[in-house]
Amino acid sequence: MDAIILQILNGLDKGSAYALIALGLTLIFGTLGVVNFAHGALFMIGAFCAVTLNKLLSLSYMVEDPTRTDFLGKPLQVATPYVHGWFGEATGEALIDWSVPLAILFSIPVMIAVGFIMERGLIKHFYKRPHADQILVTFGLAIVLQELIKSFYGANPIPTPAPEVFRGSFDFGVMLGFDPNAIIYPYWRMVYFAFSALIIGAVFAFLRFTTFGMVVRAGMADRETVGLLGINIDKRFTIMFGLAAAVAGVAGVMYAPINSPNYHMGMDFLVLSFVVVVVGGMGSLPGAVLAGFMLGILEAFASMNQVKAIIPGIDQIIIYLIAIIIILTRPRGLMGKKGVMEE
Amino acid sequence: MGILEVKNVGKRFGGLQALNNVNLSVAENTCHAIIGPNGAGKSTLLNCFVGKLIPDTGSVMFDGQSVLGRTPYEINQMGISRVFQTPEIFADLSVMENMMIPVFAKRDGSFRMHALEGMMGEKDIVEKAEAMLEDMGLANKREMQASSMSRGDKRRLEIAMCLSQEPRLLLLDEPTAGMARADTNNTIDLLKQIKEERDITIAIIEHDMHVVFSLADRITVLAQGTPLVEDSPENIKGHPKVREAYLGEAA
Amino acid sequence: MLGLNKKDTLLFWIVAALALLAPFILNPFPEGSSLAQMFNAGYPDLMQRFVIFGILVIGFNILFGLTGYLSFGHAAFLGIGSYSAVWMFKLVGMNVIPAILLAMIVSGVFALLIGYISLRRSGIYFSILTLAIAQMCYNLAYSVLGNPSSNFNLTNGETGLQLSLDDARILGESVTAEGALPVTNFFGLAMRSSYQMDVGGWLFTFNAGYYLSAIIMLVSFYVSIRIFRSPFGLMLRAVKSNQQRMNYTGLNTRPYILAAFVISGIYAGLAGGLLSSMDPLAGAERMHWTASGEIVIMAILGGVGTLIGPVLGAGFNEYFKNILSKINDNVLHDWLGFLPDGFENLLVGFLHYFVGKGWHLTLGIMFMLVIIFLPGGLVQGGQRIARLFRRKKNSDETQQTPAE
Repeated sequence: MDAIILQILNGLDKGSAYALIALGLTLIFGTLGVVNFAHGALFMIGAFCAVTLNKLLSLSYMVEDPTRTDFLGKPLQVATPYVHGWFGEATGEALIDWSVPLAILFSIPVMIAVGFIMERGLIKHFYKRPHADQILVTFGLAIVLQELIKSFYGANPIPTPAPEVFRGSFDFGVMLGFDPNAIIYPYWRMVYFAFSALIIGAVFAFLRFTTFGMVVRAGMADRETVGLLGINIDKRFTIMFGLAAAVAGVAGVMYAPINSPNYHMGMDFLVLSFVVVVVGGMGSLPGAVLAGFMLGILEAFASMNQVKAIIPGIDQIIIYLIAIIIILTRPRGLMGKKGVMEE
Repeated sequence: MGILEVKNVGKRFGGLQALNNVNLSVAENTCHAIIGPNGAGKSTLLNCFVGKLIPDTGSVMFDGQSVLGRTPYEINQMGISRVFQTPEIFADLSVMENMMIPVFAKRDGSFRMHALEGMMGEKDIVEKAEAMLEDMGLANKREMQASSMSRGDKRRLEIAMCLSQEPRLLLLDEPTAGMARADTNNTIDLLKQIKEERDITIAIIEHDMHVVFSLADRITVLAQGTPLVEDSPENIKGHPKVREAYLGEAA
Repeated sequence: MLGLNKKDTLLFWIVAALALLAPFILNPFPEGSSLAQMFNAGYPDLMQRFVIFGILVIGFNILFGLTGYLSFGHAAFLGIGSYSAVWMFKLVGMNVIPAILLAMIVSGVFALLIGYISLRRSGIYFSILTLAIAQMCYNLAYSVLGNPSSNFNLTNGETGLQLSLDDARILGESVTAEGALPVTNFFGLAMRSSYQMDVGGWLFTFNAGYYLSAIIMLVSFYVSIRIFRSPFGLMLRAVKSNQQRMNYTGLNTRPYILAAFVISGIYAGLAGGLLSSMDPLAGAERMHWTASGEIVIMAILGGVGTLIGPVLGAGFNEYFKNILSKINDNVLHDWLGFLPDGFENLLVGFLHYFVGKGWHLTLGIMFMLVIIFLPGGLVQGGQRIARLFRRKKNSDETQQTPAE
């Protein structure tokens, strides 16, 4: 029992990331009809927002520390972050420590801007082009963004720690009444899951309870009819794109402590997120979320040693296998609606 | 017993009863028109004949065989060809290539792997396609790209493509919708000619009464998914129920 | 000739001439000059890549160019072909022909299987499904089926599958008399053997492997022309143009697309088999989905749906990749030395991101520009330029007419 709960928990953080990316992909696909191969790049840019903020806050100048000396007997040169000087040492240190959560605030305007520029500057011109062209141009964009990040930040992963209080793990099993050390779970993964649930809830609430969201949902169901009502749907869809970019971005920011950001993380997540979207059903938002968590958890189960002993390497391919089975048995995915993307 | 027998067909979309207990019989070698106000279910009915939709209830028999559950290409192989509201042709291909495809389909069936044979070696196909273009007055546009033709010529090509398959039933979905008067008249003349020269049954959905009364031998009036009346054109013209259905739409 | 019309025959001979004379054409600069170091490309391994990737993209074009179905997982077949060929070398013999045949058969079977599943859906779904299935193949090759310690080690994982001194071949020896690995050969002609011709300052290399690949490429090209011009090719173009009309004309589109998919898979397997024949080493990275993306890029650069496009695209991509990756900061300083110092450094600092290790970025940008402004690729670009000249000539003529 405890092993099962542990694996479910282990699947939650990846599942959350899949769900958030797939949610954005579905929003863009449902509203604009574009399959965005650059969506993984948005996730990656989000993660690098965290890296950037961390680096900015840690920018330092050299001061002499008269209390300590180096091996030549001169006063030691100590790097002091500017923020220490501006806000005092305690506040400054706290700012650096909390750079990842702070990066959410930093990333939202950045991501919305990136989203707007992408949609207005590039994707807008491809609405009337064939789907293949849309895939290709966003794929090209994904390469360019990824290579730009690589040339500025290098090819190696950059460790970006979570705040001090969230580092380490806690014994989740004891809380549920299991033996100690049965379920050890890192704090930050719990935070990530809670955060994702919050974002997913917020997106659904936004679509459900605001007029804006109602129009967008109507547009997803039938674009032409909504257009006939005289509502400027294009403008709303642009905003929608910015929103989807922001969702992918904050998902990336918060993921930075779990996996050190590198330039190809976006592409790695993108392929799996596509599978998630297909399994969930193209165009279905609840389907994307459900499939995201489901596949994340199944992946965790498949990486258990007991499972791998029976079928070696199953953890590497389980997601794809499930996608193939779903497509063969339910071609529209788990929650796909009829008529979405069919001939 | 008609060549197309529709019995008790019903189709529901969510809360909307699009078709309700439709009965229809199209006699062989006649032109049967289905008319009715917008939203009467004409296109839905047509889609049930060609395999695009499967009705919830009832049966559709073509020449004694059920078409339900068959795919569009199988139904076409049975002898039903369809002309669409906006001409569905191979826009990127030349007129001649457009013409050859249905001729190939007629000869070789739904799939044949002739990957290394030259096109011009297929003498019978080329001849038949050329003859058809000649017949339809499209011979001089042979090498033109289909997308660059006028709307009227596209319609003509589409009809030619359908006819080259020698279908027993030709379905026309508002063939003159959105056409200028001259093009409409041309199309009427073309269809009249086809009717006279060939052993073919035509079922036509149409809005334009001028077209309907020039062509139809028999008319069914559909309103809110149910047939109101079925009669000869002369009797339909003065029928009170028909006037009501159409005036209702106007009001 | 050979059942081709005049225009296609001419095209075929142009490609044949380019391929057979490549050792001359690609080495325009005398050996040892600085221009040669940068721009000469007449080296056996590079020339082999030109024609082998040409084969790959020619095959991809039969699927994407004709039917419009965008496969994002074609590299899987390249990898499967590579592995099959290496296994043939390990188990049977070092002759390349059986290896290449096996590569084609195995990749064809995989293409049938993958195509059958992917073609359950069309459009975007198809692209995503091919992508996912190919990525699964990559994972299988990279880790699942490549565990060196397990009994069932098909791919040798990260290291890649290669020959070893204890391979028990049915035909031929495990180790040569000199104690080395035997080399791949075509009925005794070693693939790596070359003949070098020294003319003045120029050095031309004629490599057996290159010529075998080039001849196979020409055969592939010829077959692709035949397919383009056949009734089958017509049906494939019809699929791209209007599937609805296909269905209502009594044609079942799925077997047509599946056939195209299998054919292009076999082409990719052939290319993979050839790669292994030139260098008997097969790695999983050949199957990664970025490799599939590169196939798409090559096809687009050249011109999708045209006959010559794939050959051009593959050559162009490989050539520029080669040059761009050779340029480093020193070379840039050399070239821009005539500029004022500060400006030179600034420019070099900027260009630094686009050359050397940054060539991916340049290719990505080029790819985007082509899709945005020149969806027909190099072929369309050529046509536009030709039209421009023709129009200029025409207007010249009309201006001259009144004077006469």
